[in-house]
Amino acid sequence: MTASLETAAPDAGHAAWVRLCHWLIAAAVLTLAYSGVVILMAHPRLYWGNAGNDLTRAWLELPLGRNYRHGGWAPPLAFGTGPAGPVSRVRTYDIFNQNGWARSLHFLVAWGLAAAVFAYLVVGAFTGHLRRALLPALADLSPPRLWADVRAHLAWPPPRAAGGPPYNLMQKLAYALVIFAALPLVILSGLAMSPAVGAAWPWIPAIFGGSQSARSVHFLLLCALALFLLVHLAMVALTGAWRQLRAMTFGGRR
Amino acid sequence: MSQPILPRRALIGGLASAGTLGLAGCSGDPPTYGSLLRMGDNLTWRAHRLLFGRGLAREYDKSEITSIVAIGTTDPANAMEPAFDPDQGDAYDRLRHGAFADWRLEVAGSVARPGFYSLADLQRLPARTQVTKHTCEEGWSAIAQWTGTPLGLLLKASGVKPTARFVNLHAYDMLVETIDIVDAFHPQTILAYAMNGRDLPVQHGAPLRARVETQLGYKSLKFLRRIVVTDRFEDPGKRGDIQNGWSWYAGI
Repeated sequence: MTASLETAAPDAGHAAWVRLCHWLIAAAVLTLAYSGVVILMAHPRLYWGNAGNDLTRAWLELPLGRNYRHGGWAPPLAFGTGPAGPVSRVRTYDIFNQNGWARSLHFLVAWGLAAAVFAYLVVGAFTGHLRRALLPALADLSPPRLWADVRAHLAWPPPRAAGGPPYNLMQKLAYALVIFAALPLVILSGLAMSPAVGAAWPWIPAIFGGSQSARSVHFLLLCALALFLLVHLAMVALTGAWRQLRAMTFGGRR
Repeated sequence: MSQPILPRRALIGGLASAGTLGLAGCSGDPPTYGSLLRMGDNLTWRAHRLLFGRGLAREYDKSEITSIVAIGTTDPANAMEPAFDPDQGDAYDRLRHGAFADWRLEVAGSVARPGFYSLADLQRLPARTQVTKHTCEEGWSAIAQWTGTPLGLLLKASGVKPTARFVNLHAYDMLVETIDIVDAFHPQTILAYAMNGRDLPVQHGAPLRARVETQLGYKSLKFLRRIVVTDRFEDPGKRGDIQNGWSWYAGI
């Protein structure tokens, strides 16, 4: 009964629902990455813990636009709690800030990403697609088999790939990490930054050790997803770009 | 804090508002002016109201107070600041030179007893002190201690009408911020007159600022002048968020 949704024949290429979710998630991730970097440019400093700002220590300062290490601060105002106590400073620098549209676009598209990832996981679980196509068998995770798969990837010229499963071991690991780890965590770490979510469900920011830690994790996951995308596009290009694009868009193998 | 099990009435109300989770809202809802982004803002607002109970924002120990930057308007009397209001700047300057003795907060709109409150009036009401995190839309955050009058208490004292749905906060600069009645009655939503145990400094909104701990920092409006309770969303135009391209709801 569940086989009707999944590709009945192993040669049929990508199932229609896989193709739909793939392009929805791809479009959402690209829009989120774009708006996310615009948001990051307003304050290109990253922290660990619950709170962080220009007057506290950052673990990373990104040279993104004119807000990078900007000056323009009035003398500190102390709160009377000793020389090492907290201070306040007025910012006199006119920062780059496009968050009005960037934030609203980010959250609008985030609803779409969450819906598409959720739909993919639910349909994938019910059809057996996740188990059959994405999860590597335990026996395949032995060092000799992993090594053999790495060596096969280094062969030149790269083999022409058929569009769709079955996937090789490195493919399975990469796709599984994205759909089971990176995408759910990027949504969760995004939610962990929200003041309303933090008040209603404090366990979400607690998972990451505070909302500024969640913001740092959110950024690191963007880097991981960008790295995946680069390798993914390179592999598609090397193994038959046009045929692979057609298979992921219209289905079939040829 | 443990979450209470949803009472049936809340469940039914939740299901009813689930019906309006879509792009259409009821009359009196925040306008979208046909913008997809503004529809997304309202979707997030609806979803938060459907899913979230009355959870409290985390409160920190005094030892966790951090340094804090002061941004936006930091002196309403300074004509060089972007949100300077030529009609209010001089008045603010005079009040400040009088140590805010003549300052009054106006409470108006959908209340049975509109009125004016001095700082001393507000300080006579029960106060709440909280060490909370300020989350700025820019991406930074800071922890500080705030003391003030719960807004819900002041609204009840003013005889807020059962039809009230939104509250507009007016400042001594050009800014007006709108919060919904749920956030207005949140126990941690206070009108703060003290910060880190001292009078609120001018750069942080003297003599009185809002603290809306379930929302981003820009909803915690500084330099309060007037509070207007409304039965429907009253768009403050160029003084508000929407017509400047920002989300009126800032829970995320």
